[in-house]
Amino acid sequence: MLLEVNDLHVFYGRIEALKGISFNVNDGEIVTLIGANGAGKTTTMRTVSGVRSVAQGSIIFDGQDITKMPPHERVKLGICQAPEGRGIFPGMTVRENLEMGTYVRGGNAVEKASDLEHVFTLFPRLQERITQLGGTLSGGEQQMLAIGRALMSRPRLLLLDEPSMGLAPMLIAQIFQIIKQINSNGISVLLVEQNATQALRTAQRGYVLETGHVVKEGSGQLLLDDPAVRAAYLGG
Amino acid sequence: MNLTQQFRDITRSVTYGPGVLSKLPKSARWSLGGMLIIAFYFMPYWPNVPVLGWIINTPGTSFENVLTDQIMVFVLMALGLNVVVGFAGLLDLGYVGFYAVGAYTTAVITSAHGNLPWVASLPISMLVAMLAGVILGTPTLRLRGDYLAIVTLGFGEIIRITANNSNWLGGPRGINNIKHPPNIGPLKFTVLNAKPYWYLGLTVILVVLFVLHRLERSRVGRAWSAVREDEDAAELMGVDTFKFKLWAFAIGAAVGGLAGSLYATKVAFINPDGFLLQLSILFLAAVVLGGTGNMYGAIVGGFLVAWVPERFRNFDTRRYFVFGCILVLVMVFRPQGIIPRRGSAAGPRPVEGEAQ
Repeated sequence: MLLEVNDLHVFYGRIEALKGISFNVNDGEIVTLIGANGAGKTTTMRTVSGVRSVAQGSIIFDGQDITKMPPHERVKLGICQAPEGRGIFPGMTVRENLEMGTYVRGGNAVEKASDLEHVFTLFPRLQERITQLGGTLSGGEQQMLAIGRALMSRPRLLLLDEPSMGLAPMLIAQIFQIIKQINSNGISVLLVEQNATQALRTAQRGYVLETGHVVKEGSGQLLLDDPAVRAAYLGG
Repeated sequence: MNLTQQFRDITRSVTYGPGVLSKLPKSARWSLGGMLIIAFYFMPYWPNVPVLGWIINTPGTSFENVLTDQIMVFVLMALGLNVVVGFAGLLDLGYVGFYAVGAYTTAVITSAHGNLPWVASLPISMLVAMLAGVILGTPTLRLRGDYLAIVTLGFGEIIRITANNSNWLGGPRGINNIKHPPNIGPLKFTVLNAKPYWYLGLTVILVVLFVLHRLERSRVGRAWSAVREDEDAAELMGVDTFKFKLWAFAIGAAVGGLAGSLYATKVAFINPDGFLLQLSILFLAAVVLGGTGNMYGAIVGGFLVAWVPERFRNFDTRRYFVFGCILVLVMVFRPQGIIPRRGSAAGPRPVEGEAQ
């Protein structure tokens, strides 16, 4: 098991956002967390990447307890998040943004070049924009940049927070295709999505979150077929 | 296309001159830079040059003294504050505190409570200021934005008020007889002759510029940009944001301490009135005016903020009106500063109206 989250409790001030969430991600898997706004999806993601601290519970990555580890050290272990929305560096060029992804590994020019090459095969659009400033890209391109930047760190577990948010329908299909492609290279993916149908089709397993609890879990297909899930998240 | 826009386009083409410069062959750039540096070493003589002299000279005060007591200090302070505000994006409103720590350290160890040689005062002042930066930064750099600004504001005042109320630091009377640098050949460091201090100060500025330039291009510099652009994203990319913010604070403080030390040795006398809050604001104005995040901008900004009020001294108290007008005009026509940092227009706090 690559990631194991046990009984996670997280507070924002006095409000309990996560009320004992448990889930896991196996090596090589795509796992999705779905749920309505405010269910705790993003909080869960931020807790796994380490930006939010944990009140109770534990996070185990590859057999190591990382519950109290600061985020920048988790990156070294191979957990990398592409943050929600515009989490890129707006004043840096596309190239500089991507190179920030290799920050933890230090500078090996050859490795960097081949990683860049790899990102550009996934996102040819980024290559066209390589000298442009991140802040001047369109929303979809910024999303690609955030994912590409995370890939540059050579993660073992890629955390994707709402990768389809604000994208045109055609781009959404493309992004999910790319997620599958990334996964086929051996990178495990934890995916948080509002777009539940697409997410469940892409993922091997899924968890349904409701107001800080996991209310259902199972394979992607099982959840897609579940009448209650259909009614609540997939539009009937 | 309105008038403002036209003005911007004109000024833009003027200040993107450095961009054109970078296209010149290396040898041409080096010789141009070298000539500029030599010209700056002759700056105390600039008032004797026709036309340029009329523009640059400061009526009513000795230009030499303006050069050392104001311009040298402001350029160094702007360079140091630019590390904190421009590179790492941390708003520090109490930067005068480090200047004071540097000046008082030099005063204490060479006059009030010690008799150390002048050479020792520079590194010791830098170290003490750096330590002050770490002490202030360790608890406060967990704060962000406005909160950090308020805490640093308090720090600047604490240092000044402490000096004012401490007999050991001379209280309101301050400390005098601060050591001058020893004479080097024909260079006589006395109160009456400011030129040698300018040669010393300019040399220090060049060294600081070189070191900061290297830092900016290094891994540390990249971490600073990432923190400035988006602190959360930087952390998620594996940057130990707290550590690098603390480094920015410490290095900024060291440069501030250096400026304070140089100032103290030049004027030989300091008291708490030389370290008012107003200075922090002016240092920040210098950085923003010149172009936050651009060192050459900081130098130009530091020069202008120091020189303009002296140039218009014969306007009496209205000289600050002139100064204010110039600040407003620059901010209208060049919202990113006189020499903007590349990418600053796409930064985290975009100037929305500018795109139209």
